[in-house]
Amino acid sequence: MVSSSHTSRRRAGSRAATKAATVGRRPAWAVAVVAASLATTLVGCGGDSSEPAADSPGKFSGRGPITLATGKDTTGTIQEQLDRWNSEHPNEKVTLVELPESADQQRQQFIQNAQTKSDAYTVLNLDPIWVAEFAANQWIDELPAGQFPLDKMLPAVVMTGEYFGKQYAIPYNTNAGLLFYRQDLLDKAGVQPPTTWDDMKDACAAVAKLPEGKDVDCYAGQFDKYEGLTVNFSEAVASAGGTVVDAEGRATVDTEEAKKGLQFLTDGFKDGTFPEEASTYQEEDGRRAFQAGKLLFHRQWPYQWALANAKDGSSKVAGKFGVAPLPGLDGPGKSSLGGLDLAVSKFAKNKATALDFIKFFSSEANARTNLKVNSAAPPYAGLYDDPALRRQFPYLATLKESLSGAVPRPVVVQYGDATAAIQESAAAALSGSKSVDAALADMQRDLSAAIAEK
Amino acid sequence: MSLLSQAKPRRGTAFRPSRNSRRAGTGRLAAALLSPSLIVLGLVVGYPVLAACRLSFVVSNETIDPQTGFKVTATSYGLDNYAAVFTGDRFLRPWWNTTSFALASVAVEVLIGVAMALVMHQAFRGRALVRAAILVPWAIPTAISGLLWKWIFNSQGVANELLGARVLWSSEGFQAWLSVVIADTWKTAPFIGLLVLAGLQIIPGELYEAARVDGASTWYAFRRITLPLVRPALVVAVLFRLLDVLRMFDLPYVLVGPRKHSVETLSMIAFEEMSNLRFGTAAAYATVLFLYIAAVAFAFVKLFGADLIGRGTRSSP
Repeated sequence: MVSSSHTSRRRAGSRAATKAATVGRRPAWAVAVVAASLATTLVGCGGDSSEPAADSPGKFSGRGPITLATGKDTTGTIQEQLDRWNSEHPNEKVTLVELPESADQQRQQFIQNAQTKSDAYTVLNLDPIWVAEFAANQWIDELPAGQFPLDKMLPAVVMTGEYFGKQYAIPYNTNAGLLFYRQDLLDKAGVQPPTTWDDMKDACAAVAKLPEGKDVDCYAGQFDKYEGLTVNFSEAVASAGGTVVDAEGRATVDTEEAKKGLQFLTDGFKDGTFPEEASTYQEEDGRRAFQAGKLLFHRQWPYQWALANAKDGSSKVAGKFGVAPLPGLDGPGKSSLGGLDLAVSKFAKNKATALDFIKFFSSEANARTNLKVNSAAPPYAGLYDDPALRRQFPYLATLKESLSGAVPRPVVVQYGDATAAIQESAAAALSGSKSVDAALADMQRDLSAAIAEK
Repeated sequence: MSLLSQAKPRRGTAFRPSRNSRRAGTGRLAAALLSPSLIVLGLVVGYPVLAACRLSFVVSNETIDPQTGFKVTATSYGLDNYAAVFTGDRFLRPWWNTTSFALASVAVEVLIGVAMALVMHQAFRGRALVRAAILVPWAIPTAISGLLWKWIFNSQGVANELLGARVLWSSEGFQAWLSVVIADTWKTAPFIGLLVLAGLQIIPGELYEAARVDGASTWYAFRRITLPLVRPALVVAVLFRLLDVLRMFDLPYVLVGPRKHSVETLSMIAFEEMSNLRFGTAAAYATVLFLYIAAVAFAFVKLFGADLIGRGTRSSP
C-alpha cells in the first residue's frame, strides 16, 4: 500500500491523516462503496420460479446413462452396487454424485439443481422430511407405486414417501430411536428396563442409591436447538398420545397430550432427571457421555450400538448395555422416523432407466447388504426376523418394535419453517424462559403459519 | 470509476502522446489498462449486487393447490420484503449482534494485534519461528477454526476442564456471544498484527535514535513516533476487519449453530430465509446489510481517512 509518488511526503510526527479518499476525483463514498462491495458477498440466486408445465404422472421414457445423487458413500457399498448394475447394464450406466455430509448442504444442492432445471441429478436420495417440499414444488415425479414391493415394507416407512396420497419416493433405508440402557446398573438395582416415563424415573432413583450410580445421570436425548430437538419433541408428544400435525395437515400442539409430552421434557431438566448439559447435546455429545459411563438411559439411533460396543477402550460400557423401545406416558412410546427415500428428478433424462435402477437399488438384497455393512435399518419387514441377521445385530427385534410404532415427522411443504417453529418454542420451554402452555400456544401459531405458507 | 466514461483511445495514441494531450493520453492509457479488471469486477461484484437488489423487490405469493398439493406461485414487484424485514421481530437483535461483534472483536483484535506486531518487530532469537506461529490461526479456514473452537467449548470440552466449571457455551446467552468473540479474535488478531508489522518496518530507526538522544522515554517515543507513523496501516487493517465482521456468517454458524438468538447475525438471517426459499426476503436482508456496511465504511473513511488507494502518508525519506 505504499505509493510510488513522492509528492505527498510529510514530516514524520505531523498529523498524518490525509483525506486520501478525496484525492484524485474519488469521493469518499465511492471508496466506501467499493470497499463494502468487496467485503460483502451477496447471494444472487434466481428466486422467481415459474410454473413448469404439468407433467402427467407415469411418463417414464428414455434409456441411457443416469446419475445417483446421494450423501457421502463412506464405506464404498453404494459404489459396489453401482458397479454391479453397470456391468449388467453397459448402456445404462449409473454415475455416483457424492453430496456433502451435512443434510442441510445436501438439500441446498438438490434445490439448486431443481431451480436451474438441470438434468445433472437423475435419482435423488432424499431425507423423508423433504419429500413434501420437493413434491409440492414439482421437483420430483410421482412414481408408479404398483411396480415396487411396497407391501413387503413397514407401512410407516412407506408413508414417508407419500404426499397428497401419491407415492413420490421409495424407501431406501429407515431409522428409529431406541432407548439405550445400562444393563449392569439396572441388574444391580434389580429393576427391569422401563416402558413408561415414571418407571424410568423410578429406575434412576434406584440406581442413584447404588455406590456405582453416584456419578451417573438419568437420561439424555438430542436437545440442542437443531433438527434433533424436533425429533425428540415429536417423540415426546407422540409417546403421550398426541400428534404434532394431524392427518388433515393441521397443527395440533395446543392439546392436552402435547402438553404432557413437553411437560415430561421440561420437568426432566427442572428436577435434574436430565443433566443440565444435555440441553446442548447432539447425537455425538450424548454418545460420548454414554460411552464414558455418565448416562443410565440414552435416546439414540441404532448406530450407537456398534460404537458403544467397541472393545478398543474407546467405550467404558462395551457389553454392559441393552436396548429397548422408547418409553412413553402410559406404556411404550413412539419414535420419530429417520431414513432416506429415493425419488426421480423431474428435470432428468432417461427416466425409464431411473425407474429400473430404483427397483434394483432399493431391493431387499441390497437392503440386506446395507444393514450388514453400514448397519442401516432396512425398510423390509422380513429382514428383521432373519436369524442370521439377528445374531449379528441383537437389537433388530427391538428396532422392529420401535419402527412398527414409529411416526413420520410432520409432513409440511415448508418443512424448514415448521421445524424452526418447533425448535424455537421447545427450546424456550426447556430453558425455562417460557411456560409449557405459552410455548405450545406460540408453537401452534408459528406452525400453523408455516403450514399455511403465509 | 470515472475513468470508464472516457473514450477508448485510438490505437497508438497511448504510445505517442503529443505534448499538449499528454495528460489525456495518460488517462486513456490508464483506462485501457484498467478496463479488463474493471469488467471482471463489474461481473463478479457489480452484477450480483444489482441482481440481489432487484430480487429484493420481487414479492412472491405462494399457495398450495388443494387438489394436487402443488405449489402455485404468483410474483409481483413491491416493498413487501422490506416491510417484512423492518416490521418482523428478526431484525433488531441480529443487527445488534452484528454490530456488537464488530465493536467488541475489532477493539480486542487491535490491542492484541498491535502487541503481536511489536513482538514480531523486535530482533531476538527465534523471531522467524514466532512470526510463523502467530500466523497459524490466520491460515486456518474459518469454518475449520469454528469446528476447533466448537470442540474446545463443548460441554465436556477443554474450556470447561480448564475453568473447572460447567458452562454451556452453545446454549443461548452471553457466553455464546463471548465464545464467538474469543474465536474470532484468536483467528484474526494475527491479520492486524501482520499489517501493523508492515507499517512498523518502514519507520526509520534514526527517528528512535533521535528521540533517545533528546531524552524521550520509550512510552513517549511509542506514542509520538510509532503510533502516528503506523496509523495508516492500522486504519486500513481495522477497516478491513470491520467490514469482515459485519458480514460474519461462518463462525457463529459452525461454532454455536443456526437460529441461536444470542449470536445470529444479519448474514445468517439472509441465509436462513434463502434456505426456506424466500429469496425476496433473503435479498432484502442482504441489501439492508450491504447498505449498512457501506454506511459504516463511509463513516470510517470520513473519520479516519483510510488510505485505500495508497497515495496518502509516506514516511520513508
